[in-house]
Amino acid sequence: MPLADTVMYEDEFRQIQEVLKRLSSEANIRAAFLIDRNGQQIAATGENIEGMDSTSLASLTAGNVASTDALAKLIGEKEFSVLFHEGEKDNLHISLVGNKAILVLLFDERSSLGLVRLRVRKTTPELAGIFEGIDKKAAAERAKGSSAESPFAEITDSDIDALFS
Amino acid sequence: MAFINYASREINCKLVYYGPGLGGKTTNLQHIYEKTNPESRGKLISLATETERTLFFDFLPLELGTIRGFRTRFHLYTVPGQVFYDASRKLILKGCDGVAFVSDSQAARMEANIESLKNLEDNLTANGFNLKEMPYVLQLNKRDMPTAVPVEEMTKALRYKDEEVFEAVAIGGKGVFETLKGLARLVLQDLKKAK
Repeated sequence: MPLADTVMYEDEFRQIQEVLKRLSSEANIRAAFLIDRNGQQIAATGENIEGMDSTSLASLTAGNVASTDALAKLIGEKEFSVLFHEGEKDNLHISLVGNKAILVLLFDERSSLGLVRLRVRKTTPELAGIFEGIDKKAAAERAKGSSAESPFAEITDSDIDALFS
Repeated sequence: MAFINYASREINCKLVYYGPGLGGKTTNLQHIYEKTNPESRGKLISLATETERTLFFDFLPLELGTIRGFRTRFHLYTVPGQVFYDASRKLILKGCDGVAFVSDSQAARMEANIESLKNLEDNLTANGFNLKEMPYVLQLNKRDMPTAVPVEEMTKALRYKDEEVFEAVAIGGKGVFETLKGLARLVLQDLKKAK
Protein backbone atom coordinates (compact mmCIF):
# COMPACT_ATOMS: atom_id res chain seq x y z
CA MET A 1 0.00 0.00 0.00
CA PRO A 2 1.55 3.34 -0.97
CA LEU A 3 0.12 5.36 1.91
CA ALA A 4 0.93 4.99 5.57
CA ASP A 5 -1.76 4.92 8.21
CA THR A 6 -2.35 8.18 10.04
CA VAL A 7 -1.43 8.08 13.69
CA MET A 8 -2.01 10.42 16.61
CA TYR A 9 0.09 10.36 19.78
CA GLU A 10 -0.89 11.62 23.20
CA ASP A 11 1.60 14.51 23.39
CA GLU A 12 0.62 15.90 20.02
CA PHE A 13 -3.06 15.36 20.74
CA ARG A 14 -2.71 17.48 23.87
CA GLN A 15 -0.86 20.17 21.93
CA ILE A 16 -3.59 20.24 19.28
CA GLN A 17 -6.32 20.50 21.91
CA GLU A 18 -4.51 23.43 23.51
CA VAL A 19 -4.13 25.22 20.19
CA LEU A 20 -7.82 24.69 19.37
CA LYS A 21 -8.91 25.96 22.78
CA ARG A 22 -6.75 29.05 22.44
CA LEU A 23 -8.03 29.67 18.92
CA SER A 24 -11.64 29.29 20.11
CA SER A 25 -11.20 31.87 22.80
CA GLU A 26 -9.19 34.33 20.67
CA ALA A 27 -11.62 34.15 17.74
CA ASN A 28 -14.64 33.99 20.05
CA ILE A 29 -16.14 31.03 18.22
CA ARG A 30 -18.60 28.33 19.33
CA ALA A 31 -16.58 25.26 18.39
CA ALA A 32 -13.46 24.11 16.57
CA PHE A 33 -12.91 20.73 14.93
CA LEU A 34 -9.82 19.27 13.39
CA ILE A 35 -10.51 16.54 10.85
CA ASP A 36 -8.28 14.44 8.66
CA ARG A 37 -8.81 14.67 4.92
CA ASN A 38 -10.39 11.22 4.85
CA GLY A 39 -13.19 12.33 7.16
CA GLN A 40 -12.02 11.14 10.57
CA GLN A 41 -12.23 13.53 13.50
CA ILE A 42 -8.87 14.24 15.11
CA ALA A 43 -9.84 16.71 17.85
CA ALA A 44 -12.69 18.98 18.87
CA THR A 45 -13.36 21.67 21.40
CA GLY A 46 -16.18 24.10 22.14
CA GLU A 47 -19.59 24.56 23.67
CA ASN A 48 -22.08 21.67 23.53
CA ILE A 49 -19.98 19.60 21.17
CA GLU A 50 -21.15 16.43 22.94
CA GLY A 51 -24.65 17.12 21.60
CA MET A 52 -23.37 17.58 18.07
CA ASP A 53 -23.05 14.78 15.53
CA SER A 54 -19.35 15.39 15.04
CA THR A 55 -18.82 12.11 13.16
CA SER A 56 -21.19 13.20 10.41
CA LEU A 57 -19.73 16.69 10.51
CA ALA A 58 -16.27 15.24 9.87
CA SER A 59 -17.38 13.00 7.03
CA LEU A 60 -19.45 15.66 5.27
CA THR A 61 -16.69 18.25 5.63
CA ALA A 62 -14.15 15.89 4.09
CA GLY A 63 -16.56 15.19 1.20
CA ASN A 64 -17.12 18.91 0.78
CA VAL A 65 -13.40 19.67 0.76
CA ALA A 66 -12.66 16.79 -1.62
CA SER A 67 -15.27 17.93 -4.13
CA THR A 68 -14.18 21.57 -3.87
CA ASP A 69 -10.60 20.46 -4.37
CA ALA A 70 -11.60 18.63 -7.54
CA LEU A 71 -13.46 21.75 -8.72
CA ALA A 72 -10.33 23.83 -8.15
CA LYS A 73 -8.25 21.47 -10.27
CA LEU A 74 -10.92 21.54 -12.96
CA ILE A 75 -10.39 25.27 -13.43
CA GLY A 76 -6.62 25.06 -13.11
CA GLU A 77 -6.25 26.08 -9.44
CA LYS A 78 -4.10 24.07 -7.05
CA GLU A 79 -6.75 24.18 -4.33
CA PHE A 80 -9.29 26.42 -2.65
CA SER A 81 -7.77 26.70 0.77
CA VAL A 82 -10.77 28.30 2.49
CA LEU A 83 -14.50 27.51 2.35
CA PHE A 84 -17.07 29.66 4.08
CA HIS A 85 -20.72 28.77 4.65
CA GLU A 86 -22.95 31.51 5.95
CA GLY A 87 -26.15 30.67 7.78
CA GLU A 88 -28.84 32.78 9.43
CA LYS A 89 -27.34 32.30 12.88
CA ASP A 90 -24.32 30.08 12.56
CA ASN A 91 -21.50 30.00 10.08
CA LEU A 92 -18.83 27.49 9.16
CA HIS A 93 -15.28 28.41 8.25
CA ILE A 94 -13.37 25.51 6.73
CA SER A 95 -9.68 25.70 5.93
CA LEU A 96 -6.84 23.36 5.04
CA VAL A 97 -3.97 22.61 7.39
CA GLY A 98 -1.05 21.30 5.35
CA ASN A 99 -1.98 18.32 3.22
CA LYS A 100 -3.34 16.18 6.05
CA ALA A 101 -5.97 18.05 8.01
CA ILE A 102 -8.98 20.32 7.81
CA LEU A 103 -9.87 22.95 10.41
CA VAL A 104 -13.59 23.62 10.87
CA LEU A 105 -14.77 26.56 12.95
CA LEU A 106 -18.36 27.13 13.96
CA PHE A 107 -19.21 30.70 14.92
CA ASP A 108 -22.17 33.03 15.34
CA GLU A 109 -22.71 36.80 15.65
CA ARG A 110 -20.41 36.99 18.66
CA SER A 111 -17.53 36.74 16.21
CA SER A 112 -16.94 37.88 12.63
CA LEU A 113 -15.53 36.45 9.44
CA GLY A 114 -12.63 38.91 9.55
CA LEU A 115 -11.59 37.92 13.06
CA VAL A 116 -11.95 34.20 12.27
CA ARG A 117 -9.84 34.52 9.12
CA LEU A 118 -7.15 36.44 10.96
CA ARG A 119 -6.92 33.91 13.79
CA VAL A 120 -6.98 30.97 11.40
CA ARG A 121 -4.11 32.44 9.43
CA LYS A 122 -2.07 32.81 12.60
CA THR A 123 -2.88 29.36 13.95
CA THR A 124 -2.56 27.23 10.82
CA PRO A 125 1.27 27.16 10.68
CA GLU A 126 1.34 26.06 14.32
CA LEU A 127 -1.02 23.16 13.64
CA ALA A 128 0.86 22.23 10.47
CA GLY A 129 4.06 22.12 12.52
CA ILE A 130 2.51 19.65 14.96
CA PHE A 131 1.51 17.38 12.06
CA GLU A 132 5.00 17.54 10.62
CA GLY A 133 6.27 16.42 14.02
CA ILE A 134 3.84 13.50 14.03
CA ASP A 135 4.95 12.45 10.55
CA LYS A 136 8.60 12.53 11.62
CA LYS A 137 7.86 10.53 14.74
CA ALA A 138 5.85 7.94 12.82
CA ALA A 139 8.55 7.65 10.15
CA ALA A 140 11.21 7.20 12.83
CA GLU A 141 9.17 4.45 14.47
CA ARG A 142 8.69 2.72 11.13
CA ALA A 143 12.42 2.96 10.47
CA LYS A 144 13.07 1.33 13.83
CA GLY A 145 10.81 -1.45 12.61
CA SER A 146 8.70 -1.06 15.69
CA SER A 147 5.64 -2.71 14.17
CA ALA A 148 5.68 -4.88 17.28
CA GLU A 149 4.51 -1.80 19.16
CA SER A 150 1.46 -1.58 16.97
CA PRO A 151 -1.60 -2.61 18.98
CA PHE A 152 -2.62 -4.73 16.03
CA ALA A 153 0.58 -6.65 15.50
CA GLU A 154 -0.66 -9.52 17.64
CA ILE A 155 -4.28 -9.46 16.52
CA THR A 156 -5.82 -12.89 16.19
CA ASP A 157 -8.78 -14.32 14.30
CA SER A 158 -10.63 -14.79 17.58
CA ASP A 159 -10.15 -11.06 18.40
CA ILE A 160 -11.82 -10.25 15.10
CA ASP A 161 -14.58 -12.84 15.57
CA ALA A 162 -15.32 -11.36 18.99
CA LEU A 163 -16.18 -8.02 17.36
CA PHE A 164 -19.03 -9.63 15.48
CA SER A 165 -20.36 -11.92 18.17
CA MET B 1 -5.22 4.57 5.49
CA ALA B 2 -6.57 3.75 8.87
CA PHE B 3 -6.44 6.45 11.53
CA ILE B 4 -4.86 5.18 14.73
CA ASN B 5 -5.37 7.51 17.67
CA TYR B 6 -3.11 6.53 20.57
CA ALA B 7 -4.46 9.43 22.63
CA SER B 8 -8.11 8.36 22.63
CA ARG B 9 -7.22 4.68 21.96
CA GLU B 10 -9.32 4.45 18.84
CA ILE B 11 -8.84 3.07 15.40
CA ASN B 12 -10.91 4.25 12.46
CA CYS B 13 -11.09 2.47 9.12
CA LYS B 14 -12.86 3.45 5.92
CA LEU B 15 -14.72 0.81 3.92
CA VAL B 16 -16.22 1.59 0.53
CA TYR B 17 -19.10 -0.20 -1.19
CA TYR B 18 -18.57 0.03 -4.94
CA GLY B 19 -20.53 -1.29 -7.91
CA PRO B 20 -22.88 -0.50 -10.78
CA GLY B 21 -25.94 1.75 -10.42
CA LEU B 22 -29.00 0.22 -8.73
CA GLY B 23 -26.93 -2.77 -7.62
CA GLY B 24 -27.84 -2.47 -3.92
CA LYS B 25 -24.95 -0.61 -2.28
CA THR B 26 -27.22 1.76 -0.39
CA THR B 27 -29.50 -1.15 0.51
CA ASN B 28 -26.53 -2.93 2.13
CA LEU B 29 -25.91 0.10 4.34
CA GLN B 30 -29.59 0.52 5.14
CA HIS B 31 -29.80 -3.08 6.31
CA ILE B 32 -26.69 -2.72 8.48
CA TYR B 33 -28.17 0.48 9.93
CA GLU B 34 -31.50 -1.18 10.73
CA LYS B 35 -30.01 -4.28 12.30
CA THR B 36 -27.31 -2.66 14.39
CA ASN B 37 -27.75 -1.67 18.00
CA PRO B 38 -28.33 2.15 18.01
CA GLU B 39 -25.52 2.53 20.55
CA SER B 40 -23.04 1.06 18.08
CA ARG B 41 -23.85 3.19 15.12
CA GLY B 42 -24.22 6.81 14.13
CA LYS B 43 -26.61 8.38 11.69
CA LEU B 44 -26.98 7.03 8.17
CA ILE B 45 -26.38 9.98 5.90
CA SER B 46 -27.51 9.76 2.30
CA LEU B 47 -26.63 12.44 -0.19
CA ALA B 48 -29.20 11.43 -2.76
CA THR B 49 -31.25 12.93 -5.56
CA GLU B 50 -35.01 13.46 -5.28
CA THR B 51 -35.51 10.03 -6.82
CA GLU B 52 -33.34 8.47 -4.12
CA ARG B 53 -30.40 7.77 -6.38
CA THR B 54 -27.07 8.29 -4.62
CA LEU B 55 -25.70 11.67 -5.65
CA PHE B 56 -22.44 11.80 -3.75
CA PHE B 57 -22.27 9.14 -1.06
CA ASP B 58 -24.02 7.35 1.80
CA PHE B 59 -22.19 7.27 5.09
CA LEU B 60 -22.66 5.08 8.14
CA PRO B 61 -20.29 5.07 11.12
CA LEU B 62 -20.18 1.79 13.06
CA GLU B 63 -18.44 0.97 16.30
CA LEU B 64 -17.81 -2.72 16.55
CA GLY B 65 -16.12 -3.03 19.91
CA THR B 66 -12.66 -3.15 21.40
CA ILE B 67 -9.56 -4.92 20.16
CA ARG B 68 -6.48 -4.89 22.39
CA GLY B 69 -7.86 -1.89 24.25
CA PHE B 70 -8.60 0.11 21.10
CA ARG B 71 -12.16 1.05 20.14
CA THR B 72 -12.63 -0.17 16.61
CA ARG B 73 -14.69 2.03 14.32
CA PHE B 74 -15.61 1.50 10.71
CA HIS B 75 -16.83 4.26 8.46
CA LEU B 76 -18.92 2.75 5.68
CA TYR B 77 -19.33 4.66 2.44
CA THR B 78 -21.12 3.93 -0.80
CA VAL B 79 -20.31 5.54 -4.12
CA PRO B 80 -22.86 6.77 -6.67
CA GLY B 81 -23.12 3.93 -9.17
CA GLN B 82 -24.33 5.85 -12.18
CA VAL B 83 -21.65 6.10 -14.84
CA PHE B 84 -21.60 9.91 -15.11
CA TYR B 85 -20.76 10.42 -11.42
CA ASP B 86 -17.24 9.19 -11.95
CA ALA B 87 -15.52 12.27 -10.52
CA SER B 88 -17.40 11.77 -7.22
CA ARG B 89 -16.57 8.05 -7.11
CA LYS B 90 -12.88 8.79 -7.41
CA LEU B 91 -13.04 11.19 -4.44
CA ILE B 92 -14.74 8.69 -2.15
CA LEU B 93 -12.04 6.07 -2.68
CA LYS B 94 -9.48 8.48 -1.24
CA GLY B 95 -7.92 6.99 1.87
CA CYS B 96 -10.07 3.87 1.89
CA ASP B 97 -8.90 0.75 3.71
CA GLY B 98 -11.01 -1.81 1.90
CA VAL B 99 -13.60 -2.23 -0.84
CA ALA B 100 -16.70 -4.42 -1.18
CA PHE B 101 -17.85 -4.74 -4.78
CA VAL B 102 -21.64 -5.12 -4.90
CA SER B 103 -22.51 -6.74 -8.22
CA ASP B 104 -25.99 -7.14 -9.67
CA SER B 105 -26.82 -10.77 -10.52
CA GLN B 106 -29.38 -9.98 -13.22
CA ALA B 107 -28.22 -11.14 -16.65
CA ALA B 108 -28.96 -7.73 -18.17
CA ARG B 109 -26.55 -6.07 -15.71
CA MET B 110 -23.50 -8.22 -16.35
CA GLU B 111 -21.97 -5.70 -18.70
CA ALA B 112 -22.52 -2.93 -16.14
CA ASN B 113 -20.81 -5.09 -13.49
CA ILE B 114 -17.76 -5.60 -15.67
CA GLU B 115 -17.59 -1.94 -16.59
CA SER B 116 -17.89 -0.88 -12.94
CA LEU B 117 -15.15 -3.30 -11.86
CA LYS B 118 -12.82 -1.88 -14.49
CA ASN B 119 -13.76 1.60 -13.28
CA LEU B 120 -12.93 0.59 -9.70
CA GLU B 121 -9.52 -0.65 -10.78
CA ASP B 122 -8.82 2.62 -12.63
CA ASN B 123 -10.04 4.87 -9.84
CA LEU B 124 -8.04 3.00 -7.21
CA THR B 125 -4.95 3.39 -9.35
CA ALA B 126 -5.69 7.12 -9.64
CA ASN B 127 -5.71 7.25 -5.82
CA GLY B 128 -2.40 5.41 -5.52
CA PHE B 129 -3.89 2.02 -4.61
CA ASN B 130 -3.64 -1.35 -6.26
CA LEU B 131 -6.75 -3.54 -6.16
CA LYS B 132 -4.55 -6.62 -6.28
CA GLU B 133 -3.04 -5.68 -2.92
CA MET B 134 -5.89 -4.16 -0.97
CA PRO B 135 -8.57 -5.77 1.22
CA TYR B 136 -11.37 -6.63 -1.18
CA VAL B 137 -14.49 -8.83 -1.26
CA LEU B 138 -17.05 -9.55 -3.98
CA GLN B 139 -20.77 -9.63 -3.28
CA LEU B 140 -23.17 -11.22 -5.77
CA ASN B 141 -26.35 -9.35 -4.93
CA LYS B 142 -29.96 -9.95 -6.03
CA ARG B 143 -29.59 -13.74 -6.03
CA ASP B 144 -33.40 -13.96 -5.78
CA MET B 145 -33.98 -12.43 -9.21
CA PRO B 146 -35.47 -14.74 -11.86
CA THR B 147 -32.80 -13.80 -14.39
CA ALA B 148 -29.92 -14.26 -11.94
CA VAL B 149 -26.77 -15.50 -13.67
CA PRO B 150 -25.41 -18.73 -12.09
CA VAL B 151 -22.90 -18.14 -9.30
CA GLU B 152 -20.09 -19.99 -11.11
CA GLU B 153 -20.54 -17.88 -14.21
CA MET B 154 -20.61 -14.61 -12.27
CA THR B 155 -17.59 -15.58 -10.21
CA LYS B 156 -15.70 -16.44 -13.36
CA ALA B 157 -16.57 -13.12 -14.96
CA LEU B 158 -16.07 -10.86 -11.94
CA ARG B 159 -13.58 -12.42 -9.55
CA TYR B 160 -10.55 -10.17 -9.69
CA LYS B 161 -8.12 -12.14 -7.56
CA ASP B 162 -8.73 -14.82 -4.97
CA GLU B 163 -11.19 -12.66 -3.02
CA GLU B 164 -13.99 -14.13 -0.96
CA VAL B 165 -17.34 -14.21 -2.77
CA PHE B 166 -20.64 -13.65 -0.92
CA GLU B 167 -24.09 -14.41 -2.27
CA ALA B 168 -26.63 -11.85 -1.15
CA VAL B 169 -30.17 -10.56 -1.27
CA ALA B 170 -29.46 -7.20 0.35
CA ILE B 171 -33.10 -6.15 0.42
CA GLY B 172 -33.89 -9.06 2.75
CA GLY B 173 -30.54 -8.84 4.53
CA LYS B 174 -29.12 -12.10 3.24
CA GLY B 175 -25.34 -12.00 2.94
CA VAL B 176 -25.07 -8.36 4.08
CA PHE B 177 -23.34 -8.90 7.43
CA GLU B 178 -21.28 -11.75 5.99
CA THR B 179 -19.90 -9.33 3.38
CA LEU B 180 -19.17 -6.66 5.99
CA LYS B 181 -17.54 -9.13 8.32
CA GLY B 182 -15.45 -10.64 5.51
CA LEU B 183 -14.15 -7.22 4.53
CA ALA B 184 -13.61 -5.96 8.09
CA ARG B 185 -11.57 -9.07 8.85
CA LEU B 186 -9.28 -8.41 5.88
CA VAL B 187 -8.86 -4.75 6.84
CA LEU B 188 -7.94 -5.62 10.43
CA GLN B 189 -5.54 -8.30 9.27
CA ASP B 190 -3.98 -5.74 6.97
CA LEU B 191 -3.27 -3.51 9.98
CA LYS B 192 -0.95 -6.15 11.33
CA LYS B 193 1.45 -5.45 8.53
CA ALA B 194 3.95 -2.71 9.28
CA LYS B 195 3.37 0.25 7.00
